[in-house]
Amino acid sequence: MVNLTIDGKRIQVEESATILQAAKKAEAKIPTLCYHPVVEPYAACRVCMVEVSLKGKADLVTSCNTKVQEGMDVQTNSERALRARRLNVEMLLARAPAAEPLRQIAKELGIKKTRFAVKDPEEKCILCGLCVRACEQIVGASAISFIERGTERKVSTPFGEPSEACIGCTACAYFCPTGAITCEDKYGRKVIHEEMYLGPTTAIRVPSRQAVPMVPFIDKEACIHFKTGECKICAKVCDREAVNYEMDDTLQELEVGSIILASGFKPFDARRIPAYGYGRFPNIITAMEFERLVNASGPTGGKVLMANGEEPKAVGIIHCVGSRDENYNAYCSRVCCMYSLKFAHLLGEKTKATIYDFYVDMRCFGKGYEEFYHRLLKEGTKFIRGRVSEINDLALTEKEEGKLIIRVEDTLIGTVRRIPVDMAILAVGLEPSVDHNQLAKKFNISCSQDTFFLERHPKLAPVSSFTDGIFLAGTCQGPKDIPDTVAQAGAAVSEALALADAGKVELEPITAEIDDELCSGCQICVGLCPFTSITYDKDKGISVINDALCKGCGTCVAACPSGASQQKHFRDAQIFAEIEGILLV
Amino acid sequence: MSNGTFEPRLVGFLCNWCSYTGADLAGTARMIYAPNIRIIRVMCSGRVDPQFVLKAFREGADGVLISGCHPGDCHYKEGNYKALRRHRLLSKMLEQFGIEKERFRLEWVSASEGTKFQQVCNEFTEQIRKLGPLNLHQNGGRHEQGQA
Repeated sequence: MVNLTIDGKRIQVEESATILQAAKKAEAKIPTLCYHPVVEPYAACRVCMVEVSLKGKADLVTSCNTKVQEGMDVQTNSERALRARRLNVEMLLARAPAAEPLRQIAKELGIKKTRFAVKDPEEKCILCGLCVRACEQIVGASAISFIERGTERKVSTPFGEPSEACIGCTACAYFCPTGAITCEDKYGRKVIHEEMYLGPTTAIRVPSRQAVPMVPFIDKEACIHFKTGECKICAKVCDREAVNYEMDDTLQELEVGSIILASGFKPFDARRIPAYGYGRFPNIITAMEFERLVNASGPTGGKVLMANGEEPKAVGIIHCVGSRDENYNAYCSRVCCMYSLKFAHLLGEKTKATIYDFYVDMRCFGKGYEEFYHRLLKEGTKFIRGRVSEINDLALTEKEEGKLIIRVEDTLIGTVRRIPVDMAILAVGLEPSVDHNQLAKKFNISCSQDTFFLERHPKLAPVSSFTDGIFLAGTCQGPKDIPDTVAQAGAAVSEALALADAGKVELEPITAEIDDELCSGCQICVGLCPFTSITYDKDKGISVINDALCKGCGTCVAACPSGASQQKHFRDAQIFAEIEGILLV
Repeated sequence: MSNGTFEPRLVGFLCNWCSYTGADLAGTARMIYAPNIRIIRVMCSGRVDPQFVLKAFREGADGVLISGCHPGDCHYKEGNYKALRRHRLLSKMLEQFGIEKERFRLEWVSASEGTKFQQVCNEFTEQIRKLGPLNLHQNGGRHEQGQA
């Protein structure tokens, strides 16, 4: 540890600390331009100059890269230091008069204008070298550097040509304090409601501010470390050393007695209905996107804004998008009427827009649901009963210019109407999740006509599948809202626990058995059994069925040439009797 | 028999998990289909012994249907593939007996395909109606209809 004085204040710092770091600890303010804690100091701007007295000698030094020494007496605003600082700032102003942080420091120092000749009044680059240092030390690409000397000195790529070493990470623009380096999309593309987060994102980020678990993840595609092997700033700044770049997917094998499938749903893809214009007009959004928009942790902080940042004056909510439709999904998705009403209510609270709700039927089946609908009726939402046929921007009158026109048959008054709105929200329905078919194959689960998992019995066994020990919960079994999902999950868990708790398992009595008198030991059945429950007893010369493994399919019975193998309750004699009886009439 | 038109007598062997459930779905949904099919439930289409098919024809069936889960979906993994093999071989043998191969049919009906079961029954009934009765015993044979 080293003892020194800064502006009359005695402090103690580590040996490797610089004067600037010590000043921060002593709460003495020293302006900087080219300093950044995560890169090596460069002392290019000379703005951090301070006067240091040591062993009787007084010197002007740059505090950002000068190490502390025992007994130093630092004056950050002595007359000499201030004079040096002001001169440097004036010179910098001559070079880059448009650099905002520089102008800020000039203002604080009381400098109105520079006495030196200004070459380019638009210049922003103060030659601080932060971009160069970032590219070299953090990114590890070293794609840019200083070229030329004297008044011609500037930052560039080799020979001014597009550099192959540049990985397009935009770290240079990020570190540039004056905005002299900018980055823009080559094709001028605009990001519109993309991927549900708008605004700048970093390679290491929490998915959203309401994510569970509330932990950041590293996007390997965007992360510089995974491109160049360098950077690792996140690991450096993390006190708890929680960043692990080696973390990877692991395969775990678990032996379990029961499985609950709860693979969820995915929203209907509104692009499948071209007439609704989703994807063509930026202000036609799906319900999920609207949820993100009104969320306080979302891109607009919860404000309802159109793509151009303005508040909509009229909003339409369209029900049954992809549901109750023989062209897409015939079933009703159950939750959309209620969430549409919720949206209508939120819109009323957050905007002064006119709200139109285009419904087919109003399905308010739950506790308090119908009452909520009545509240909406009183709040002034305009309910129009009719399935929307199309949404486009083809204006027929002056009033419709610049609006989205919703064409719908208002079935209660019996005419086709054109309703101009600024924003349209599509109440998309529910479909099984993306990996639903793979799961069905893997677990051998049947699906019902609506393509969701089939339950063993719609009334008496709604959480069981046809396979013992595999249970179903949530929207993978059918569209449902949160109360129903929670109830079903509880039921599935208790069924699974009951299975484990019983201490014994009930087996079906319809297993097959081999009569050892009749069996000739041909072993035709052994290879046929899909559960390998039949073994050949070499000593006895016959095949034997393991009762615990046999599932009772009867394949071995049908194949047995001597009738030695018989399935209990489905014996050949029993089925022959059934055939005779069934054809008596 | 009604109005002298021939009413085919069809026997169907349905697997418990898919086809029988599918047929049940057709029933609970009140789908209307030809009543000519008489259903025998087995746990798996792989349980169906060729002897059952022969017995059915011998007892006077004009057509026999075996119905199981779709390939890959069998509740017992592969029973339906065995049913498929048996159906192919048995059809050849039946033809040699003079039983047209249209009279012995194999279908895959899943638990949610109530409409498919309805279609299959209607189609099968009409097909056999056009083919006419099998009359296996017209030219002799030990078993007469109705006798043990």
